[in-house]
Amino acid sequence: MDKTEMTEIMKEISGTDVRKCMKCGKCSGRCPAYKDMDIKPHQFVTMLEKGKVEELLNCSAIWNCFSCMACVERCPRGVAPAQVIEAVRTTFTRAQNNNGLAAEDIPPIVDELIPQQLLVSAYRKYNK
Amino acid sequence: MKICYYPGCTLKTKAKELDAYARKAAEALGVEMEEVKDWQCCGAVYPMAKNEIATKLSAVRALDYAKHNGGKLLTLCSACHNVIKRVNDDMKNDENIRTKANNYLALEESYNGETQVIHYLEMLKNEVSFDEIAKKVVKPLNRKVGAYYGCLLLRPSGVLAFDNPENPSIIEDFIRAIGGTPVIYPFRNECCGAYVSLKNQTLPKERSAKILNSAKEKGAEEVITACPLCLYNLQVNGAGILPARYFTELLAEALGVK
Ligand code: SF4
Ligand code: SF4
Repeated sequence: MDKTEMTEIMKEISGTDVRKCMKCGKCSGRCPAYKDMDIKPHQFVTMLEKGKVEELLNCSAIWNCFSCMACVERCPRGVAPAQVIEAVRTTFTRAQNNNGLAAEDIPPIVDELIPQQLLVSAYRKYNK
Repeated sequence: MKICYYPGCTLKTKAKELDAYARKAAEALGVEMEEVKDWQCCGAVYPMAKNEIATKLSAVRALDYAKHNGGKLLTLCSACHNVIKRVNDDMKNDENIRTKANNYLALEESYNGETQVIHYLEMLKNEVSFDEIAKKVVKPLNRKVGAYYGCLLLRPSGVLAFDNPENPSIIEDFIRAIGGTPVIYPFRNECCGAYVSLKNQTLPKERSAKILNSAKEKGAEEVITACPLCLYNLQVNGAGILPARYFTELLAEALGVK
């Protein structure tokens, strides 16, 4: 798949209009994971708009976003950075061998208190 | 009053107390919770990608069941509530998702978002009323409690329409109704780190400590939540800064049915 096609698909599945962003940075200012994101929420929006899919698909921020929707709540232009991040993560994990969680890594960290909700949500977010 | 209820997987396993206290309290308040027949796991996170359809179907099934059984669907776990309410919004407002989900499910009559999804707290506030609850309290809490909202009940507010996302008040009103003193603290609507704790525990540890320290500084003796994952992060990753409990446990305690 070429880059342009890939960009269009990611824009479409994000369900948000990246052209509306006015680059104010409010989304990033509100993000609780900000310091642990190599690409910041507002940069996801601009980079997708510019078609920088390779850089997006190689970032580690997709693993650290909580999907807390705080960025979406704050955006004055009705853009949803969290949905751009989800579009990137989904595009990445859907490809062969790109799961973010390996099944064998789970048992050692499972303690008796871990709720099913955590296992199910992490699998849904990180794996295809 | 009888209402269709969607418990979800975690309330049948690790979060049994959240469910058990809710049922006892509901009974004391004259509400009959009737479980959705053959419900399936909602998936725990709302799939945001616009071409995700199959992952939303279990929520649609529960919603359709409720449509034919009273028209309301009661949720309790914050995650189930968030997923089901957002999927319901898709079924109402996103033609592509609605058409595909209906084609897939082939229901006798298509589902178009008719069901009203209400969280247990909304049921307490709007169907029972906090005044009525206050009248039934036999053991007032008499302590300082911090409401921990987290994300899932509040955001995105355009769809959840639960409360003011920046300055919510429903859980504080609830605490007052059961005889406690609500403590307002800055981090009550901040994320606990959610599912990231399975991949990278550092972030949820920092988040949970910030939240609990924020509540403690303002004088809270404990915090309450409606979310099993928030409870887990606050308890395990919050390193015992403050106790965290389910809001239904305090309700049952105040109503004398714990
Ligand atoms: S959804 Fe992700 S990017 Fe947006 S504020 Fe939350 S953690 Fe940050
Ligand atoms: S808050 Fe909205 S408009 Fe501002 S930078 Fe973020 S996405 Fe763009």
